[in-house]
Amino acid sequence: MKKQWKLLFQIFWTFFKISPVTFGGGYAMIPLIEKEIVEKRKWLSSEDVTDVFALSQTVPGAVAINSASFIGQRIGGIKGALAAMLGVSLPTFMIVLCLGIFYSFIHDNPKLEAAFVAIRATIVAIIVYAAIKTAKTAIVDKTTLCIMLVGVPVLFFIHPILAIFLGALTGILAISIKKRIGHKTELEQHKETDPTQNLDYFMGAGI
Amino acid sequence: MVLWELFKTFFIMGFASFGGGYTMIPLIEKAVTDYGWMTAEKLTNMIAIAGMAPGPIATNSAILVGYAAGGYMGAIIAAIGILLPSIILVIVVATFFIKVHHNPTVHSMFYGLKPIVASLIIYAAIRFALSNNLISLHFNFHSVSLLLIFGLSLFALLKLRWHPLYVIMLSGLVGVALYS
Repeated sequence: MKKQWKLLFQIFWTFFKISPVTFGGGYAMIPLIEKEIVEKRKWLSSEDVTDVFALSQTVPGAVAINSASFIGQRIGGIKGALAAMLGVSLPTFMIVLCLGIFYSFIHDNPKLEAAFVAIRATIVAIIVYAAIKTAKTAIVDKTTLCIMLVGVPVLFFIHPILAIFLGALTGILAISIKKRIGHKTELEQHKETDPTQNLDYFMGAGI
Repeated sequence: MVLWELFKTFFIMGFASFGGGYTMIPLIEKAVTDYGWMTAEKLTNMIAIAGMAPGPIATNSAILVGYAAGGYMGAIIAAIGILLPSIILVIVVATFFIKVHHNPTVHSMFYGLKPIVASLIIYAAIRFALSNNLISLHFNFHSVSLLLIFGLSLFALLKLRWHPLYVIMLSGLVGVALYS
């Protein structure tokens, strides 16, 4: 019993230390996970870590949180998953909450308001940048281009969650129709499949 | 009541948050305007702060919106709301569908899902450009300078490959110089 608590605390503490480096996306954690979990603690192999990050993308939610939970689950079951999730979330929760409190105290400051006028224009640029990055990995052929182009105007009329489900459904239908008429579809751009090899991929995807 | 609205909003969002935090911006914006938690401008400030801190953008935005709408409890409830679906699905997948990322149907699903994620982010960009007066019919110092900041920021991100954090900080300094 005591041993189990010790393991859970170790899982929690490992992710607690890794968490503050997750600037601009969960993939930034990979080198540290390699160091802490593969080399130091020997809880998992390098292949396991790659596998976990691939698996994390199929589950909704942030890659940082999903991959931590998957790794925690492999080491210590459901409790391990919870310990890892708490560990990875707590530091950033505290930092963000402090920033929020700080903002609420000084948001009336004219200098800060002036700064935010410009920052808001930059945020639109960052969103456009994220869109370009995402489109580059998502658009692999004419069908995916059509889905994206049709998706934008449609979003002005339907709920975003409905759009996400319709997109997934369209994907399944499109692939099965293509199979029936004998088309072979490249599902992914293979050069982009390993995000760890491409630092550029860290931003805009899986944040 | 606010706490329940926050939990409900972010819990549902948690199940649909595929493809990175920026996908969730239209959903957060819809909830924020529907419930009247804050103005679109303040939400943009929140997203800027979320992007300046470590951690996932969607979770950070949830914490900040939660705090602004419901104080400390709001922040905690919003964070739990957005984290709960992840942990539930991770445990379900890890227990029953450990090979799910090799499943052909899952691959077909993502074949259609990824372009929609791109549409969602484009949609978010259009909405935010409108609500922050970036697309404006008036031709004056303010509107031209904002467009210029937008263009230069995009250039720094795409061509110079600067980290978004630095672009935000530099933009803030330019803002202080130009608008205060």
